[in-house]
Formats: sequence, C-alpha cells, structure tokens
Amino acid sequence: MESLEPILAQHSFFEGLDAEYLKLFVGCASNVRYYVGAYLFRTGEDASQFYLIRQGRVALEIYAPQRPPIVVQTLEAGDILGWSWLIPPHRWRFDARVVEGIRAIALDGKCLRTKCEENHDLGYELLKRFVRITTQRLEATRLQLLDVYAPHV
Amino acid sequence: MPLTSEEGSRKSTADPMCPQPFRVESVSRETHDTFTLNLQPAGNAERPPFSPGQFSMLYVFGVGELPISISGDPEQARRLAYTVRSVGPATQALVSLRPGDWVGVRGPYGKPWPLQAGRGKDVLIVAGGIGLAPLRPAIFHVLRNRDDYVRLIVLYGARSPGDLLFRKELNAWGRSPDTQVLTTVDYGGVNWRGRVGVVTTLFRHLRLHPDRTVVLVCGPEIMMNYVVAELEQHRGVSAADIYLSMERNMKCAVGFCGHCQYGPYFICRDGPVFSYQQVRGLMGKHEL
Repeated sequence: MESLEPILAQHSFFEGLDAEYLKLFVGCASNVRYYVGAYLFRTGEDASQFYLIRQGRVALEIYAPQRPPIVVQTLEAGDILGWSWLIPPHRWRFDARVVEGIRAIALDGKCLRTKCEENHDLGYELLKRFVRITTQRLEATRLQLLDVYAPHV
Repeated sequence: MPLTSEEGSRKSTADPMCPQPFRVESVSRETHDTFTLNLQPAGNAERPPFSPGQFSMLYVFGVGELPISISGDPEQARRLAYTVRSVGPATQALVSLRPGDWVGVRGPYGKPWPLQAGRGKDVLIVAGGIGLAPLRPAIFHVLRNRDDYVRLIVLYGARSPGDLLFRKELNAWGRSPDTQVLTTVDYGGVNWRGRVGVVTTLFRHLRLHPDRTVVLVCGPEIMMNYVVAELEQHRGVSAADIYLSMERNMKCAVGFCGHCQYGPYFICRDGPVFSYQQVRGLMGKHEL
C-alpha cells in the first residue's frame, strides 16, 4: 500500500516540519473518498478528524431554518478542512457538503490531541500552523462581511 | 499591436469639452443590473482610438454626463463598448437607452494599463465586480498578442453567481493556451457548484513568479487594498509591478475642474491607472 508520508511531506501545511513529527501525523492518516452530495460532517457532530483535500470541492454551509442553507466558503484541492477537532468542545460548527467528488487524507484528531498532550512541542507546532489558517480565513471572512460589491449610490 | 505613445495612451482629436454624437447600436444585458452598450459614431465618422484602461464621458441628453471605462476590444474598428451598472438615476438612464438612441461621447481620456511593462512576463489580472469591465480590453489585447506575454491569469470575484460578468468569455478565455481563469463569489446558493470566498482566497491556487509578473487590479478600493496587501506581503510582488485603476467623481475629465483630485493627482488626467508605488501612501488615507 502506498505510504501517505510523501503526500503529507509535499503539502504546504507540513512544510518544514520535523521528520519525527511527520511520522506521527502519518500514523494518524488515512485515505478517504466522498461522492457528490455526501456530507463529511454536520453541525454539532463530534469533530474527531481534519482533512487534507487532494481533489474535489466542499461547501461549508450553515443550516438556516425555513430557508436554504447558506454557503459561507468552499474548499478544494490543497486546502485543509476542519479545526473544530482541536478546540473544545470538539464539535463541528458547519455542515461540509461535497460539491465535486472528494479524495482526501483524513487525520485522526483524537489521536493527534493525545500526542499533542504528551509532546507540547508538537502541540505548539500544530497550533502555529492552524492559527495561520484560521487567521487567513478570519481576514477573508471580514472582507466578505464588508460586502464590497454591493451598490453604493 | 504596437501601442501609440510611450505610455500607450490615445487621445481623440476632437474638442475635449464637446461631446460627439454616437448612436446606440445594441444593448446587451450582462446581469440583473449591468448592461453593455455598443456605440457607433454618427455618419461615417471614425471612432476615436483608445487604449485598454481609458474611459470616456458619456452624456445622456437631458440627464447628465458620466465617466465610464471602455470595456470593448481595442481592435473592434467601428464600435465603442461600455459596460454600465445601474446604481443611480444617470446610470439608470444610460442602461435604459435603446438601439437607435443618441449619446454624447467625449474622450477617450486617462492613462491606460501599462501593457508594455507586461511584455515577456506573466500578466495577472485581478478584478472585482464591475471592475472586470475596464480590464476586459487589456485581456483582449493580451490574447490578441499572445506571443508578447507569458502566462495570462485572471482572478475574478463577484458578489453572487448572478453578478458574474462576461461568463461565456471567462470560460472561453480559460480555454486559451497558457491562460488560467479563476472565479469566485462572496455569496453562493446551494445550487452553485463554483467557488465561494472573496477574491483574495484565489491566490492560494496560484504559483506566482513575482520577479516576472505584472499585476493589473480593478475593483472597489477596499478590495484593492486587500489584494495589494496579499500581493506584497505574502506573494513577494513588488509595488512597482502592481497597477490599479482608481475611481473618484470626475466632471471635466481633462484635469481642469479638480473634482477628482486624489492627493497630488487628478484621477482623470494622471490616472485612472496608477502604479501602486504612486498611490500607496494615499490609499486608506482618511478624507481622500
């Protein structure tokens, strides 16, 4: 079976990561596939994984009663999906619906949380990498909130 | 196609303050509020030449005059195209014109996109909303002179799928050799299969060569602020290689009246296209 190590090593999220740490991630990784219309997770469910998307597109949606779901963002090849596994109470805040068939590497969050508790250097490395992603997405969300293309008379 | 002067700008030989009569040849609906007007000069008159990025003053008789960027192909000999979003009484009057109606046209005016600076390099176009319209002639130019440029990359963001302009053309451009077109919308419905996210999120899909890339940006100023920050701080593109089309309320269009003053510049005369180096100290400054 093909090792996932070279795939993880080439991804920008793991760039510069100590080889020993990378092996820990590989030990928590598995290949997954989802078809169009499937949900990787739904709001409120236990968040026990995150995903490195290799192919396809996922829409992050917020359920809105008596109206269609609101798509807040799409993620695709190269993107990291999910950080709720890292932050208590470890429950998903969005629905993740597959728009184009997904091939991804799933990383077991419970397994990684345990390893991070045992090794705080690893935990700090991981947090730094996730903080970078969350900051980028927070900035994008702020720009989105500005609704810059709305008509201004 | 060689451009005419050192900066590539073209000037009409007509009296700059006197509108010339143009007839509306056709009006095409681009979105629910945005239309493209194709205009032809009266009689056998030649249409004035223009360079990508320049604008005209369009006079709707009895209503008022508006600065509108030229959105058509610079090589389209007989016609001038303008893409107009209806946001107020004057633009509503403009988009309500029908074939056969008359419009007064002054110009073209202003500094164009520096397409010479992109020769031998990658050209990255970043557009938001109606900002794709002033960039469209530059895209036509690059596609028509493909050997003069390396890659053409178009990043385009709009408010919603229904607000995306020139969708057929975007698809066609994306099929051209060495051309990458990425679109996104700020708000997508559940039936939208494309990307949702602001235009700056598209940069993560690119491999830029900052030392050989020229960037042309047009959209709401706040969007351009985020785009230049991304380009400079995270993508290593020099301010000297980034060009922006700025917008202020223009009246005379020839640098007399001062309505469009922007720090030491008049947008109509010294712009609308500026290098980011020129305006970086002005962008974000309050009251400007």
